[in-house]
Amino acid sequence: MLRAASNPTGLEAFLMSGRTVVMDAADVHRALVRIAHEVVERNKGTDGLVVVGIHTRGVPLAGRLAAKLTEIEGRPVPAGAVDVAMYRDDIGMRPPHATHDTHLPFDLAGTVVVLVDDVLYTGRTVRAALDALTDFGRPRAIQLAVLVDRGHRELPLRADYVGKNLPTAADQAVRVQLQETDGSDAVAIESAPRKAVASR
Amino acid sequence: MNTKHLLSAADLTAGEITRVLDTAAHLAKVTDRAIKKVPTLRGRTVCNLFFEDSTRTRISFELAAKRLSADVINFSAKGSSVSKGESLKDTAITLEAMGVDAIVIRHGASGAPWRLAEWVRAVVVNAGDGTHEHPTQALLDLYTMRQRFPSFEGLRVAIVGDVLHSRVARSNVLALTTMGAEVTLVAPPTLLPARVESWGVAVSYDLDAVLPKQDVVMMLRVQLERQRAGFFPSMREYARLYGLDARRLDAMADHAIVMHPGPMNRGVEIAADVADSLERSVIADQVANGISVRMALLYLLLGGPEVRQ
Amino acid sequence: MKLLLRGGRLVDPASGHDGAADVLLDGGVVAEVGPGLEAAGAKRVDCGGLVVCPGFVDLHVHLREPGREDAETIETGSRAAALGGYTAVCPMPNTDPVADNAGVVEMVAARGREVGLVDVFPVGAVTLGQRGVELAELGAMARSAAAVDCFSDDGHPIREARLLRLALEYARAFDAVVADHAEDTSLTDGAQMHEGEVSAMLGLAGWPAAAEEMVVARDLLLAELTGGRLHLCHLSTANAVELVRAAKARGVRVTAEAAPHHFTLTDETVRGYDPVFKVNPPLREKADVEAVRQGLADGAIDAIATDHAPHAREDKEVEWPAAPPGMLGLETALGLAVAELVGPGYLELPAAIERLTAGPARCRRLPGHGGPVTPGAPANLTVLDPAARWTVDRATLASRARNTPFHGRELTGRVVHTLLRGAFTVRDGKAQR
Repeated sequence: MLRAASNPTGLEAFLMSGRTVVMDAADVHRALVRIAHEVVERNKGTDGLVVVGIHTRGVPLAGRLAAKLTEIEGRPVPAGAVDVAMYRDDIGMRPPHATHDTHLPFDLAGTVVVLVDDVLYTGRTVRAALDALTDFGRPRAIQLAVLVDRGHRELPLRADYVGKNLPTAADQAVRVQLQETDGSDAVAIESAPRKAVASR
Repeated sequence: MNTKHLLSAADLTAGEITRVLDTAAHLAKVTDRAIKKVPTLRGRTVCNLFFEDSTRTRISFELAAKRLSADVINFSAKGSSVSKGESLKDTAITLEAMGVDAIVIRHGASGAPWRLAEWVRAVVVNAGDGTHEHPTQALLDLYTMRQRFPSFEGLRVAIVGDVLHSRVARSNVLALTTMGAEVTLVAPPTLLPARVESWGVAVSYDLDAVLPKQDVVMMLRVQLERQRAGFFPSMREYARLYGLDARRLDAMADHAIVMHPGPMNRGVEIAADVADSLERSVIADQVANGISVRMALLYLLLGGPEVRQ
Repeated sequence: MKLLLRGGRLVDPASGHDGAADVLLDGGVVAEVGPGLEAAGAKRVDCGGLVVCPGFVDLHVHLREPGREDAETIETGSRAAALGGYTAVCPMPNTDPVADNAGVVEMVAARGREVGLVDVFPVGAVTLGQRGVELAELGAMARSAAAVDCFSDDGHPIREARLLRLALEYARAFDAVVADHAEDTSLTDGAQMHEGEVSAMLGLAGWPAAAEEMVVARDLLLAELTGGRLHLCHLSTANAVELVRAAKARGVRVTAEAAPHHFTLTDETVRGYDPVFKVNPPLREKADVEAVRQGLADGAIDAIATDHAPHAREDKEVEWPAAPPGMLGLETALGLAVAELVGPGYLELPAAIERLTAGPARCRRLPGHGGPVTPGAPANLTVLDPAARWTVDRATLASRARNTPFHGRELTGRVVHTLLRGAFTVRDGKAQR
């Protein structure tokens, strides 16, 4: 149990609440680099490739992946973002999700889209993202890259590129923090809520 | 959202208004896509129940619902059983039996949406009730303002004209004061409501004194029957004292904008030449922003689990 | 038939009696009053813990018959009245046809007699058709079997001062009262509710208090001018009450009434746009409600009159501007008087009962009603439980209509028995017919 600082911030707070870190900043970085090389290998380069992140944390990951691909091949790989709030399959079952911008500054026709998200779980978010993308155009192919695959698929979907396979129990939560959204990079598993957590 | 229906602009907190405007900004992009649709409200039915003619508002709601993939039925009072004497309550019962999810109602009687909400399980959206409120208009007006000004806090907005009979004015006053704007009402004393000082707004009878300091000037329609009913002696005097003409347009700050809920009464609240140059931009804002805001509202009101009253 | 009302507290404002006393009834009249009465052959009615008082009098009701029997009939209205503790009611003439001639008033009185649950004393119209143009045959109505001694165009004000003056003067021949509904219609054209902060926010055209006060002032001056007898219906504003108070101090012959909804509800209730709260004069502001209570307390207002106004259900289940004004009142008057006037201390119970009995009886001729409860007087009595708490349920009202604004409200004070000329019209809270 970690001792609390008087005003825990970012990573400290993150780590305080009974979570187990499974990937630190260095792990996240290495995973992304490896995925970038896998993408290049599988697609034999980055010709016609675009990277699209799923809101929210998929977007900065997509940005980093696109930058890495650009660096590896020496030619620019564009990045975009897709918001799936309007395409979810649980509309009317839970309070309406917050919306974000879908930004696809390229023509999808004939491209290979590398769809990026932080965690792959039931697969429903990816299904929604596929529907959203299809409304914008017809890519030649869509491949899926995720930082973490935690299992428990409810739809017949799989990722092409996985940062880390992380078997989890259904009552556990996977928490991803990223520099761009949360101040630092980390992936942690949080077990079912316990009574006593860190003292203030 | 904490409210099941949207009956009054006062139903929304500042946070909720911001959420509506943010969502509208995102949904505005749907119009720019090749496929101008999202599947969000697929299988839901929205009924436009319009007891007063208003092609523009009705079409705006219809497009908003359709862009969200909802089904739309249009029920206009003319040529229906209403004109044969079927009451609002009977109409409500019929719609309830049809299983509609939302009813967008425009009615000539203040308070009609409140009655309707008592009789149906559907979500009720007020598209204008008598001389009371028009909350979606206020939201789209706020959206238009936000496109040009970064914050509502301290934003100086003048609402000019027949405030007494204006549902647009009431809803705007409520929404703008919620967001921290500084509202000034400008009108002849006969066209201001009783005890208007309790509304949290400034009041002035002198348009020229107020104009130069405003960021937004919203001109309200003045109807001919108000002159006939004696609220002011003549249209000419009204236009002279409270009409927006080229000279007054010049007196406004450079960054200030003119708004009008439409349609404009040329030569009355807006001089003909000013109307010509304003009309296109004002209407364009109204139409585009109206659809986005209404899409956002339908999504936020219908996109969650059914709320039991 | 001998009836002995035993063990109750006799409150009889007309004679000033307030204390334990038994009342013996025989042959439809009061035979004896006093503590510890015994009477052979009398049926005993235990009134322990209860108040015995004169039957209530309602100066202002709308029984809707003839013309709108779908909303109420003389029979259903009489039943509602009896259940409310009333033994006399005065139905207003705005029926269809208007009660502006001997024929209609006699018909209404006769029907009341036929039903036999309350005594019905019709109010005749002042002008033909209540159109405010020519006087109706006040003499014919006064001399008819209905013996009308109160005339009103209620529902409408008498717009022309000239006409009201003539009516006040002419009515003196019959020692009759002219009851005016005070409203300046040029100020209330299209009005839907009280003009104030609430109406401004609700987008409903307002009915300013001044529109009532102006006409009250005018009427008082005309009463003074003519020496005629003036009665003011349903006072609702602070200034109106003050004007009447001052006029009485000057010696003007005026009496006034107020309705329970005007000493209980304010315009805040209109916020939900439920037309059950729509009434004319409208529900006003807190200061006005307070002033009406004070007026009843110090006697500036002589009587509680319900202005019982039934409306068919579909007429009130509409949007506000389309609904007719009016609320039920007969079955809730006592409960509101006790809960809203006696409970908070504006009046003691005997004074509240006075406003329901002797007070109204002072305003027009209602032989046998209002007290005093003395030997020889017709046995028109009410026995009530002043402490009973009950909740209004519109579904169980005897009125044919359902438009009470008090549904769900807890009241204090309930009628146990009502007797009309010695016979139970209501016994143990149940109508006998």
